[in-house]
Amino acid sequence: MNDLRELYQEVILDHSKHPKNYHKMEDATHVAEGYNPLCGDHFNLYLKVEDGIIKDVSFLGAGCAISKASASIMTSIIKGKSIEDAEKIFQNFHSLVTGKIDKNFDINSLGKLAVFSGVSEYPVRVKCATLAWHTLINALKNKPGITSTE
Amino acid sequence: MNNTDLKNIKHQKSLDVYKIREDFPILETLVRGKPLVYLDNSATTQKPRCVIERMTRYYELENANVHRGVHRLSEIASQEYENAREVVREFLNAESVEEIIFVRGTTEAINLVANTFGKSFIKEGDEIIISEMEHHSNIVPWQILCEEKKAKLKIIPFNDKGELILSEFEKLISDKTKFVSIVHISNSLGTINPVKKIIDIAHHYEIPVLIDGAQSIMHTEIDVQDLGCDFFVFSGHKLFGPTGIGILYGKKNILEKLPPYQGGGDMIKSVTFEKTIYNDLPWKFEAGTPNIVGAIGLSEAIKYVKSIGYESITVYENELLEYATNRLKQIPSLRIIGEASTKGPIISFIIENIHPHDIGTILDFEGIAIRTGHHCTQPVMKHFNIPATARASFTFYNTKEEIDKLVEGIQKVIKVFS
Repeated sequence: MNDLRELYQEVILDHSKHPKNYHKMEDATHVAEGYNPLCGDHFNLYLKVEDGIIKDVSFLGAGCAISKASASIMTSIIKGKSIEDAEKIFQNFHSLVTGKIDKNFDINSLGKLAVFSGVSEYPVRVKCATLAWHTLINALKNKPGITSTE
Repeated sequence: MNNTDLKNIKHQKSLDVYKIREDFPILETLVRGKPLVYLDNSATTQKPRCVIERMTRYYELENANVHRGVHRLSEIASQEYENAREVVREFLNAESVEEIIFVRGTTEAINLVANTFGKSFIKEGDEIIISEMEHHSNIVPWQILCEEKKAKLKIIPFNDKGELILSEFEKLISDKTKFVSIVHISNSLGTINPVKKIIDIAHHYEIPVLIDGAQSIMHTEIDVQDLGCDFFVFSGHKLFGPTGIGILYGKKNILEKLPPYQGGGDMIKSVTFEKTIYNDLPWKFEAGTPNIVGAIGLSEAIKYVKSIGYESITVYENELLEYATNRLKQIPSLRIIGEASTKGPIISFIIENIHPHDIGTILDFEGIAIRTGHHCTQPVMKHFNIPATARASFTFYNTKEEIDKLVEGIQKVIKVFS
């Protein structure tokens, strides 16, 4: 990939500059902190889960464009989804950014997440793209402590 | 000396960067279809052809284990390994080869001193002084030691320009202070610390001093006797030599008092189950088969650097630093982190609203290699309340044209995020 726009797509730049669901949630049922020591990306993730459904989700923190956009797009995609569906989406997303996606898989079914396909060419940036997702999984499991990508 | 004399000296000493670049095969590489612009020299330096060829020749014609065999190849290998030690001794102007210990690198050298000096001389309540701008490798070994011995770590702070506050250093010294360990040139700020002054102050109170020369060795001539330091440590790979080899210089009278670091072959004179007699210096600290080819490669690198000469290296690198600083300062949203009055050719910077990792990735599209992150100096990042910086570090094979490319690249980064 020689065009940097394939990695830094407009959608990614937009979300990093104007992240969605970017606020603290006072009545969250699940909270988790994600940290990437390599680059200092640091996010707090807030979830409101009722009957296995993610009713609301938000985040706050600082990081690179890839990690911030990924967190922003994640929150808009998982809102209203069941925990099981969210986990399934993460599995597919993880395969996408690590370049392990099945040839027959329809990338468009991932919706906006497809814009991260360029990340697979940058192994060191995979952690940026997946930080929010790993934090989400730990939040859902109520795993204590900070989610670290290291 | 009048101006004409100065000009003449400068003229005589000026180095031919384009000729030097031909010595480094990797500089002809294309990255993403573009000529490599390598500005990550603080992380590791590239290797000149003479080093690569010397190491190949060793493996092709001379390879054997050292200090053991009676056969011809072992004799050659032992000779070359010990010759390398002499090259290092002369390079640092150490008094004797007994003071030159081959280690894996700066980190191992500091660990060796923290372990052995710590074991013998640090006890509960003692204090060790380091600074706020140390690399993690000059923090963590001392922290481990302090935890073990219930000793205390004291920190010399730096000001917002990135200069150590020496008056605070003197205030930290007490009769409990047993060791001072300080970085010569900061890898994340570029600051050249007044190490000679620090050593003088510490020695006034008879406190031994270790100087971490990881970043200074490729930029400054080191004379350990002139500096007066008790220990000086550096890595070969930051001096155009191979990875996995480094040097611990220690004053003989102190090294003699230290217990061994690791036990094994080569560091002993005789072994019985009742008693082992340790080898003499420097081998006492070199257990196991050493990095023979690494030592030989390092010695070749030293010869190469000497052939260029530190005088012309310093003059040229200062020109690069000044040029790059001036050009980067013209970018309004860019802020340089580390503005000490004396700096090595290292520039850390941040750009408003753009994370250093995004800067690094976009520059990579242009074939420009810089470092991004906390540079293993998290306390420095904390001081400035930033998670990371982007860092361009130069050496004598870099050119002003490459700095122009860096500036163009940064302008592109800013455009992408505008």
